[in-house]
Amino acid sequence: MAIVDSMNNTRLPMQVTPADWPGGYWWHWLFFTVILIVFVLVMVMGAIYIERRGLGRMQSRLGPNRVGPFGLLQPVADAIKVLLKENIVPNSADKVVHWLAPIIAFVPAMMIFAVVPFQNGALLADLNIGILYVIAISSVSTIGVFMAGWGSSNKYSLLGAMRNVAAVVSYEIPLVLAVIGVVLMAGSLSLNQIVLKQDIPFILLQPLGFLLFFAAGCAEINRSPFDLFEADQELVAGFHTEYSGMKFAMFYLVEYGEAIAMSAIITTLFLSGWRGPLLPPWLWFILKTLIIFFLMVWTRTTFPRARIDQLMALAWKFLFPLALINLFITAIQILVWPDALPWILIFINIAIMVILILLWSKFFKLGWGRIEV
Amino acid sequence: MTVALSIKEIASQIEKKYPGSIEEAAPNSLIVKSDFLLAIAGYLKDTEGLKFDYFNYVSAVDYYTYFEVVYQLTSLEHNHTVIIKTRCYNRENPTVPSVTGLWQGANFQEREIFDLMGIRFEGHPNLKRIFLWEGFPGHPLRKDYLQ
Amino acid sequence: MTTTGEITFKTEPFVLNFGPVHPSTHGVYRMRATLDGEVVLDIEPVFGYLHRGIEKLAEERTYTGFIPLTDRLDYISPMSNNLGYCLAVEKLAGIKVPERAEYIRVIMAELQRLANHCIAVGSFLSDCGAMFTPFMYMFREREKILDLFDMVCGGRLTYNYMRIGGVSQDIPDEFLPALQKFMGTMPGMIEEWENLLKQNEILLARTKGVGILPREMAINCGISGPVARGSGVKWDLRKADPYCIYDRFEFDIPTGEVGDCYDRYRVRVEEMKQSLRIIKQAMEKVPSGPVRAEVPHLIRPPAGEAYAHIEAPKGELGFYIVSDSSIAPYRCHVRPTSLINLTALREMVKGWKVADLIAIFGSIDITMGEVDR
Repeated sequence: MAIVDSMNNTRLPMQVTPADWPGGYWWHWLFFTVILIVFVLVMVMGAIYIERRGLGRMQSRLGPNRVGPFGLLQPVADAIKVLLKENIVPNSADKVVHWLAPIIAFVPAMMIFAVVPFQNGALLADLNIGILYVIAISSVSTIGVFMAGWGSSNKYSLLGAMRNVAAVVSYEIPLVLAVIGVVLMAGSLSLNQIVLKQDIPFILLQPLGFLLFFAAGCAEINRSPFDLFEADQELVAGFHTEYSGMKFAMFYLVEYGEAIAMSAIITTLFLSGWRGPLLPPWLWFILKTLIIFFLMVWTRTTFPRARIDQLMALAWKFLFPLALINLFITAIQILVWPDALPWILIFINIAIMVILILLWSKFFKLGWGRIEV
Repeated sequence: MTVALSIKEIASQIEKKYPGSIEEAAPNSLIVKSDFLLAIAGYLKDTEGLKFDYFNYVSAVDYYTYFEVVYQLTSLEHNHTVIIKTRCYNRENPTVPSVTGLWQGANFQEREIFDLMGIRFEGHPNLKRIFLWEGFPGHPLRKDYLQ
Repeated sequence: MTTTGEITFKTEPFVLNFGPVHPSTHGVYRMRATLDGEVVLDIEPVFGYLHRGIEKLAEERTYTGFIPLTDRLDYISPMSNNLGYCLAVEKLAGIKVPERAEYIRVIMAELQRLANHCIAVGSFLSDCGAMFTPFMYMFREREKILDLFDMVCGGRLTYNYMRIGGVSQDIPDEFLPALQKFMGTMPGMIEEWENLLKQNEILLARTKGVGILPREMAINCGISGPVARGSGVKWDLRKADPYCIYDRFEFDIPTGEVGDCYDRYRVRVEEMKQSLRIIKQAMEKVPSGPVRAEVPHLIRPPAGEAYAHIEAPKGELGFYIVSDSSIAPYRCHVRPTSLINLTALREMVKGWKVADLIAIFGSIDITMGEVDR
């Protein structure tokens, strides 16, 4: 068949399997699938640990430090606890929807890692539409969240799920526009190519893009200061109020899995992925991902929460125009000065970012006030 | 210093405006008849020189033969205060006009008195039990309430 | 019905129950909120989940035996409750309190005000979504105050310290140096919180202009304390009707202008600074002498009635006591600050969103122990 022929044909520019991989296609697939699943689970546990210790230390208290040395086994203890809990399903819940929701929410979070490069050429599938795949897949977990909210037959869950859908749909646009700036600079949609082109990390060449992507990414994955979908103080637990036991663990995994996935994407797009001196590349990759994740934890500790209409106003009136302007300026820079010295470009871009953000925030009104009832 | 107004003076002022309304002018408080309560309260709230715009509290005491409803009013402008009382002698069905129309702060407190003492307030927008559940037998704060 | 321009969507309001068990209703408080989407149309508060019949119990306890019960009224600031009750009985019986006891009482009341505002501001900020960070910082300071109270009376939550005619026991020798040490660090802490929070964009967007309580309504509803002062009512019982020896100290009364959540929050922080001022002045002049007047064990005040009110941290707390010269009060009525402050909640939240409902409710700062008694 054509597919098998193309897999064995080593002259195609796009390779699913590298030519020198022992065992061919299926061993490559098995090896990377196992590595990815292990990687995601271990990184999620590491993320949970970093979050709880980091949050604790920043709030002038110790985080968990009883289970294992320095509390390192705390996520394991959490996992065991959650597995042993009783699975309660509300009587009037829609059984099938309630059961399917965590799975539909979790699978896309894992699938994003299929195109993230750990080393030069070391990824599960070197698609030449890498970043488009990432953006498409990451939106699917919203369906899972909405199913959870609807299937729980609980008004709190429904409120949380509605907020989530509205916000995710709105924040897709600044997210995508910020990514296109990077794609223009790199000249390819494939994540491996984007890393290979980053002699200077794109965070310096696209500072505004980085900030936009970070903000929009935080809103997509339900992290503070935009974590109002599961706002503890208002909606008890938002869309996963009625979940317990393993299904709750899946939602928990989704939250941290998506956080790690978003950090990994930011690392590949803006911080030049696995590139770096001295240490092995995959170690650089993990380190950079954890640094970005720590940045997310830091913003979570520091800021209060936005309100839903303020969130929407931020997406549409602040991030979206800035993303468009960023795109235009990047395009102009690439067309007019394709060979410009990078340092001038860096300087100009940072200056533009500062001016734009300051100017825009002056004209920007966050949300609207009281509605006459 | 918040001054407690001289009861004699107020009593004479009110007696002129609403003759026959004062039951007794005790040293610290003014006891009025419950029919005139709303009128006197309105008079106290709006007259220049009195201007009792701040409603401190309303409470009720059970004196075996009668109930006494106690109001304390303060004027923020003139910094003086006065205590008004009214008595209901009807043990089965005591009724007093409600001052919620004049001072909204009386809303929850009158509901509490209805709940715990059983005194009905006419004209209250939402007179139902506040602390105890609907269908609770009796009114606990009365002196003759047994377990 | 919600109308956007020319299009009208037919929507139906639904009732959402913020039940007695909720992460941020400050105790067992229940609201049935009628919502149209996210907009609050009406709320109906339901009380009584913490009703213990304290006023009825007063008729069976002796005058001194009732003091522990006053601890449990507003369990966040028990010293003030004790003080109010003791003042009422002293007014009824005509007992004069010795000088040293007066100074100790003032110091304790102001320390209690600091501790209460720590919780009030901390919970208000965590209701706005700040993920417990300011809550933890303020609790760290409250712990120092609770250590001071522990030194004096052996308790951290219910003190039972004030007695009729003075206080129950003298302050130990190490109290004043420890208080001095505390006074050295506290202004720096308040400064630190101010720097972090006063100009925070998200906090300003969440609280400025939200939940406005007009001045006329505040006076009409009998609202007192920081809530009224936030609306511009310059009424503080420590200046208007001085009790204890407050007329000997110099302090200001911070007042807001608009009456929104931000003003109430600012008023509380400024009041903390003024409390520090009062404590400093009181600490320098504590005379020596007895700490309790000579009163019999079983007090029988002469027949009559008295009402004494104090400026508790939450507002005007008053005790109306009727005595028939027996060992127990004939009737003891507590003027419940929190219940009266809640009178205006319904008007304040109409037209705002769910997130604002929680923030406005948090800014009024109530304790259910006082509401339900």
